[in-house]
Amino acid sequence: MTIVSAERMAKIFVEVADTLVDDFDLIDFLHMLTERAADLVSAAAVGLVLADQHGRLEFMAGSNENVKLVELFQLQNHEGPCLEAFQTAVPVINVNLGEAHDRWPRFAPRATAAGFQSVHAFPMRLRTQVIGALNVFGGTKGGDFEDTDVPVVQALADVAAIGLLQERAIRRGELLTEQLQGALNSRVVIEQAKGAVAQAAGVDVDEAFAVIRGYARRHNRKLTEVAHAFVSDPAMLANNLHA
Amino acid sequence: MDDRTAVIKDLILRHPGGSGGNDGLLRRVCGAAAQELAASGAGISVMTRDGVLGAAAATDPVSERIEELQFMFGEGPCIDAFASRRPVLISDLGDLVARAGGRWPFYAPAAHEDGLRAVFAFPLQIGAARLGVLDLFRDRTGPLTNSELTDALTFADVTVTALLDRQEQAGGRGVADIDDDAAGYRAELFQAQGMVMVQLGVTLGEAMVRIRAYAYAEDRRLSEVTRDVVARRLRFDRAEP
Repeated sequence: MTIVSAERMAKIFVEVADTLVDDFDLIDFLHMLTERAADLVSAAAVGLVLADQHGRLEFMAGSNENVKLVELFQLQNHEGPCLEAFQTAVPVINVNLGEAHDRWPRFAPRATAAGFQSVHAFPMRLRTQVIGALNVFGGTKGGDFEDTDVPVVQALADVAAIGLLQERAIRRGELLTEQLQGALNSRVVIEQAKGAVAQAAGVDVDEAFAVIRGYARRHNRKLTEVAHAFVSDPAMLANNLHA
Repeated sequence: MDDRTAVIKDLILRHPGGSGGNDGLLRRVCGAAAQELAASGAGISVMTRDGVLGAAAATDPVSERIEELQFMFGEGPCIDAFASRRPVLISDLGDLVARAGGRWPFYAPAAHEDGLRAVFAFPLQIGAARLGVLDLFRDRTGPLTNSELTDALTFADVTVTALLDRQEQAGGRGVADIDDDAAGYRAELFQAQGMVMVQLGVTLGEAMVRIRAYAYAEDRRLSEVTRDVVARRLRFDRAEP
């Protein structure tokens, strides 16, 4: 991939700083980061996983949310770049998926079948802890990072981790656990809402996500809050499926 | 299901708990959790049918009182954990009491007076479905260790499952042994809950109960059933599960 533009990078950090000031929705924030990261390095897809209390990696946000991509993240609980980056705390970069069938016998063929050629993963670090990973998929052959790109994308992964400590009470270590558990549960709410909308509107779950997200954006509301309304308020489902 | 989950289910099943009654199971959860997590006591509050959160079980009279105090004052860790949908972890309650205008101006001093020094509240929930809260009480300050934290979250997960299955079974098998198949495609599990909720016109919690009951009755893995629901091969409003 190309060397990252300093100007675009600076714009992203300004946007991040703006978001972190206010009361914000963590899942929205992570979505924004994956979209910007994909744009920055011209990736085919970028996604982010967080570890739950059992160390299981849960998909939190992606530059797109189609079922195939989400499945690729779930697979990585057994093998794959995210799991390696999470376990070793070291980035996994420039892996050609076509040559990675021995390394990841289940993950590599599926990723190739989904149209990806290369893959990279960066640990999300917070002090001494690794709490998840940022996964970058390349769609063209030779989608390699330059040496200078690596710290830049790693910085984005670290920013994502900092987003978890949204308030200034960073001193209270327990806050991280509270935030992390809250975020994991928010992601579950989004999946439940996707199911409810898919059923009520007769669309697939990918389209259902677009409906939920579109509603949140049009009404300038938080994604998690809107998802929650779709599963707890029957009127919300009845009134908002064809907008 | 990972090993630790199995161990914790077993601890709950083998805990003597109180005698029978509707909340024998919840008392066993409290007892086993307090013992395993070096707590001086534990309490569980659950959402009643009319949507109100109330104390349902505790290990002992002091814990029961500390749990009840929250509802008396309308504030406390359990109430906050429920509202914010995330754990509330307070390793030094005295610190809160000492701070002017601190959190829980009524509950904190009253519970402190009853000997409470640290409290950890864990929501009993799956996504938007909220069933209650598990509270751990300690008579000494200090945070939970990482492994205690993991165990506490696992106790909460197991309790959620037990509460769901209890609704279906009316106090039947208690801690269920449906294969939760944690390694499966979990997003589908949650999507199916939303779909069945709409199919049946019930709450999300009720949809979960129905899906689990179906899997149990048909002796199928939960992940298979939910995959069929998401793929629209199985509908709960037609199949008469």
